[in-house]
Amino acid sequence: MADKNLLQIHGKFVDYTVENANSHMSFLELLDLLNEQLIKKGEEPVEFDNDCREGICGSCSMVINGIPHGPTKESATCQLHMRHYNDGDTIIVEPFRAKGFPIIKDLVVDRSAFDRIIQAGGYNSVNVGSAPDANSILIPKDKADMAFDFAACIGCGACVAACPNSSASLFTAAKISQLSLLPQGHPERYRRVIRMVEQMEKEGFGDCSNHGECEAVCPKGISIDAISIMRREYFKAMLKNV
Amino acid sequence: MSKLMNYLTSSIGRKYLTGITGIGLVLFTIVHLLGNLNLFIGQDSFNLYTYKLESLGPLLEVAEIGLAICFLLHAIVGVSVYLNKKKARPIDYYVYNSAGGNSKQNFSSKSMMVTGSIILIFLVIHVATFKFGPSIEQGYVTNINGVDMRDLYRLVVEKFKQLPIVIVYTIVMILLGTHLRHGFWSAFQSLGLLNKKYRPFVYTLGILVAVMLSIGFLILPIWVYFFVEMGA
Ligand code: HEM
Ligand code: FES
Repeated sequence: MADKNLLQIHGKFVDYTVENANSHMSFLELLDLLNEQLIKKGEEPVEFDNDCREGICGSCSMVINGIPHGPTKESATCQLHMRHYNDGDTIIVEPFRAKGFPIIKDLVVDRSAFDRIIQAGGYNSVNVGSAPDANSILIPKDKADMAFDFAACIGCGACVAACPNSSASLFTAAKISQLSLLPQGHPERYRRVIRMVEQMEKEGFGDCSNHGECEAVCPKGISIDAISIMRREYFKAMLKNV
Repeated sequence: MSKLMNYLTSSIGRKYLTGITGIGLVLFTIVHLLGNLNLFIGQDSFNLYTYKLESLGPLLEVAEIGLAICFLLHAIVGVSVYLNKKKARPIDYYVYNSAGGNSKQNFSSKSMMVTGSIILIFLVIHVATFKFGPSIEQGYVTNINGVDMRDLYRLVVEKFKQLPIVIVYTIVMILLGTHLRHGFWSAFQSLGLLNKKYRPFVYTLGILVAVMLSIGFLILPIWVYFFVEMGA
């Protein structure tokens, strides 16, 4: 932990001018171009996380001019294109800042806290053995749609990064709600919500003040309805357990 | 019992507490305002109302203790949320912007701790001035239908004839409105009661409640200052 803190303390902003950027580039391609230019000059490239570059892996975490994933709605950094900027613009890029997401280097943060929150949820009981009949478990369309919307979470962490309190409520709630809406998630629903909320707190995320900033920056547009559902689930679990 | 305490002090349990106490305080504030409107009717009407309230005796005491607990819990949990926020982001952003759109972040939501703290300081002074202010023994006495009762009306008018007090009350009531502009809808969200269907309605209702309570309260001192005859 100590050296991570040191990194945070010794971090600094550096001014770079990217030559030959064009409006068709994605933001990550702009960073690629910058890094090529840096390497040619013999300087250290800027570290950033990325993988799919199509908005499904959730790894391209960074804050662009004060907004995680930049100014466009429901898109990840990799889906942000330079046509939203003008030639000569200064763009300020920062890492996600939260105690629960320690900075590894430059723009790369450790988001494994999210993995541990999911792990804390534990297993879901399933029937093994012969394949069940299709549609043997009926799920109302509205519930299925809602569960699917919450399941769209890619765990990018923008909700935490944008939250004035660094709360991980939207992420945790999306995971809890997705399972609690479906019959398959019901056997463990009460212990799941208690354990995941407990883990969320252990990871050092803040409390929710209902600013709703998380919903606004979520690349998948996940609604704070999930947080409402999490609070109702927690309440039911509380009544069951006391 | 200790299990229940664990749940209620968790990040979600504390939201239930801010929400419930917040709604409790809003209800109290509405009742308080309705009672105060007796000032408009006149001296006897207002004094009779406060006399009846005092005559509730133990019932009033229970309500007051409940209210005090509400305020205390509300303030303690509010402060804990604020402290956790500071811990959860040790190094702040160089640039931070709201994404707009569906965000409910605004001046009101960002200043809950400041507006709340000012309200708390105000409350102490407010209660000291009126509830524990001069009473029958100090000559603030009136006689209605042969009964001696406290002339709270006189005290209120004396206070609100002082411009600095009127200005402070007006400012604090605007801050109360600011607190409720985010607080009202937020309390229902904290209790898990809102979804896409109801949220826009409660959010808008919150603006209405904030404006009505704020104006309702701040109009009283202003009205007394300008339109009430001293000693009438
Ligand atoms: C004693 C002085 C007060 C303090 C220190 C205070 C502080 C706070 C703080 C810090 C919050 C935000 C909590 C959070 O982010 O989770 C809050 C929320 C709230 N406050 Fe206050 N407040 C005070 C008085 C009042 C009064 C007089 C009312 C009503 C008339 C009120 C109504 C609310 C409501 C409805 C909420 C929203 C609760 C929620 O988000 O769950 N507060 N208060
Ligand atoms: S790189 Fe996968 S979401 Fe952006």
